Amino acid sequence: MKTTMNRRNLLKGAAAAGVLASPMLNTKTLFAQSGAFNWKRFQGQAIEVSLIRSPRGDLLKRHQAEFEALTGIKVGVEDIPEQQQRQKIVIEFNSGRPSFDVVHLSYHVQKRQFAKARWTAEVGGYLNDAQLTPAEWDRADVTQRGLDYATDDGKINSLPWSVDYWMLYYNKELFQAKGVAYPKSIDEIVAAAARLHDPANGVAGFVARGLRNANVPVWTQILLGYNQETTTGNPPRLLTDTDDAIAAARVYQTLLRNSGPQGVAGFNWNESQSLFAQGRAAMWLDGVGFAPPLENRERSRIVGKVGYGIFPAGPKAHHAAMFGDGIAVAGASQKKEAAYLYCLWATNKQNSNRLLQTGSGVPFRRSTFNDQATLSALTVPKDWADCVRGSGEIARAALPVIGPVTEFRDVFGTALTNTIGGADPAAEMRRATAEFRPVLERSEQG
Amino acid sequence: MILTATSQQTAGAAIAAPAGAKLAKPRYHWFVIPGLLVTLAIIIFPWVFTVWMSLHEWKLGGAAQWVGLRNYVELATNQRFLESIWHTFYFTAVAVVLPLVLGTYAAVVFHREFPFRGVLRTIFIMPMMATPVAIALVWTMMFHPQLGVLNYLLGLVGIGPSEWVFARHTVIPSLALVEVWLWTPFVMIIVLGGLAAVPTEPYESALLDGATQWQMFWRITFPLVLPFIVVAGIIRTIDALKAFEVIYVISNGGPGTASETINLYLYSQAFAYYNVGNASAVVVVFFAIIVVLSLVLLWARERAKWNT
Repeated sequence: MKTTMNRRNLLKGAAAAGVLASPMLNTKTLFAQSGAFNWKRFQGQAIEVSLIRSPRGDLLKRHQAEFEALTGIKVGVEDIPEQQQRQKIVIEFNSGRPSFDVVHLSYHVQKRQFAKARWTAEVGGYLNDAQLTPAEWDRADVTQRGLDYATDDGKINSLPWSVDYWMLYYNKELFQAKGVAYPKSIDEIVAAAARLHDPANGVAGFVARGLRNANVPVWTQILLGYNQETTTGNPPRLLTDTDDAIAAARVYQTLLRNSGPQGVAGFNWNESQSLFAQGRAAMWLDGVGFAPPLENRERSRIVGKVGYGIFPAGPKAHHAAMFGDGIAVAGASQKKEAAYLYCLWATNKQNSNRLLQTGSGVPFRRSTFNDQATLSALTVPKDWADCVRGSGEIARAALPVIGPVTEFRDVFGTALTNTIGGADPAAEMRRATAEFRPVLERSEQG
Repeated sequence: MILTATSQQTAGAAIAAPAGAKLAKPRYHWFVIPGLLVTLAIIIFPWVFTVWMSLHEWKLGGAAQWVGLRNYVELATNQRFLESIWHTFYFTAVAVVLPLVLGTYAAVVFHREFPFRGVLRTIFIMPMMATPVAIALVWTMMFHPQLGVLNYLLGLVGIGPSEWVFARHTVIPSLALVEVWLWTPFVMIIVLGGLAAVPTEPYESALLDGATQWQMFWRITFPLVLPFIVVAGIIRTIDALKAFEVIYVISNGGPGTASETINLYLYSQAFAYYNVGNASAVVVVFFAIIVVLSLVLLWARERAKWNT
């Protein structure tokens, strides 16, 4: 069929285009007229959110009605434990039709994997679009570390949500009883742990994760004190059998083998927490999120006695290990814009303040730490908030941004666990490096 | 009754047919097709697909790449996998032999008449009814070296604390202990069934001949219930080889890889590393191991039959 361009056809086409574009024009008009951001633009849509079951996820669920009232978007949430959620979303993403529109991801485990597979939608364009991102979300308020975490190959694939710095929890009462001061260096941690170690009275000088996989951040936290990460360059090259890496493994071995509790080789964070909360460990190295249970009288015997210390400097540098969570739009979602609004809401200033205020996490936002209302309403000690802020100033990523992160953690975690049993750290780190190198090389080729 | 009548009618019709008339062959083979399709879909296809995947390098999120037998060659030299085979056999041996011995003993005890036997027998089989994951969580707390009740109990009788599942040398026996606690009642129930079928005459003769209790057990009871014990052994062996929940929840294969069985290794490859190709090769090897063991156990069962 041949169509000719004449005045009548042109008018018909223009009318049809006008009808089709009317919702968009209407939105634009509304946005322009009100001068305010139109949160109701996707009213009536329904989205599904996949969250890791955690205090952070609980916070979003608790205030979900607020988002639904703001946007008119209906939200369905599935929150499942971390390990299961990570497996489930990978399998669903791989199917090409995930059941969720928004996903909670862990940068330190999934960033590279997700970026390579392009499972999450790029949101850089949305962030620059005034119709999709309100000015009050305030991109400039988000720390550069957060934006770096969310960016891969120059593309922003998620919004940074919560950061986890590692800190040294210590029992002030046990320190005072033996006249030990808070350590200022890694060497002093070793010395203090040895002095405070008192197995006859059931007190360990130091406790941290000994369990394979879970224990790798303990080692990398120490390694950052040698001003070294576990990989370098692009494509990444392993730095796990260098003199400094071996020295860090030796410190790990000394602390847990000589001053750790019996059975520490099988301890994850929960066993460590139980022991510390019972007043049976003088120091505990772990993530930032344990102040609420430690200050809860029903779960802890050391309420009011906990010190929150920035991890001391190593021989060459002073860093706090950093891990992070983000929230992203599924690349296969049919409701990307509505899902993006949820991500914006989850990471806005109000929810960021709530994170810190309740000790549920630490936001990637600067303003939170200057918000007097938040700081004055903290449900956890101010020492903790000060420690978090101080750790943030010296934070550095503590796991490599590579695809096979879990294998990395398993292989080097096994080596570290073996050192607790008495194996030579140098031999173990070299063996683990040789074992993991082909895995890394193959992943970079794929 | 209806079937008989229909058969008779069909037979009658066949007899009544004129000689030389060509009878239509019944097309029964069409009835096989649904069953065949189901078998193909749920047994044959998954197996063929698994073998096909085992010949590829395939990581979730990436494309599958043909590598031939490389996954199998790598498994044959993979220290962690080879150790997982040893851990599997070690765990299976302890988790099968102990319940067989204790279950048989418990069956002999509960076969006798004594007060409250019914109540005590019910209490004894309760562990078997519990959910393994829930039980594993409870045992995890009990195993805690500092805060667990087991070391407290050891302390009451003057024995020093153990590291249980938190040390390489004690982890597998400790995990097997949970399996023993869970599955000894299962063996007891099977052996009790066997004891109920044992005739009383041999015992009367033995008593007249002055046999002791032990001699009666060893010479009469044990040979007669042996086929039941072997059946319990076969079921327990297959179960123990496949054990997952208890190990995953309590030790997750640790410390290090000290309690990593083939199943745990397979899980890591498939759901932690997303190495679908390698995991498929592990499945094929694991299947071959189970087939060989099953053949050995079936041979043992044949040998233990009463009529041989």
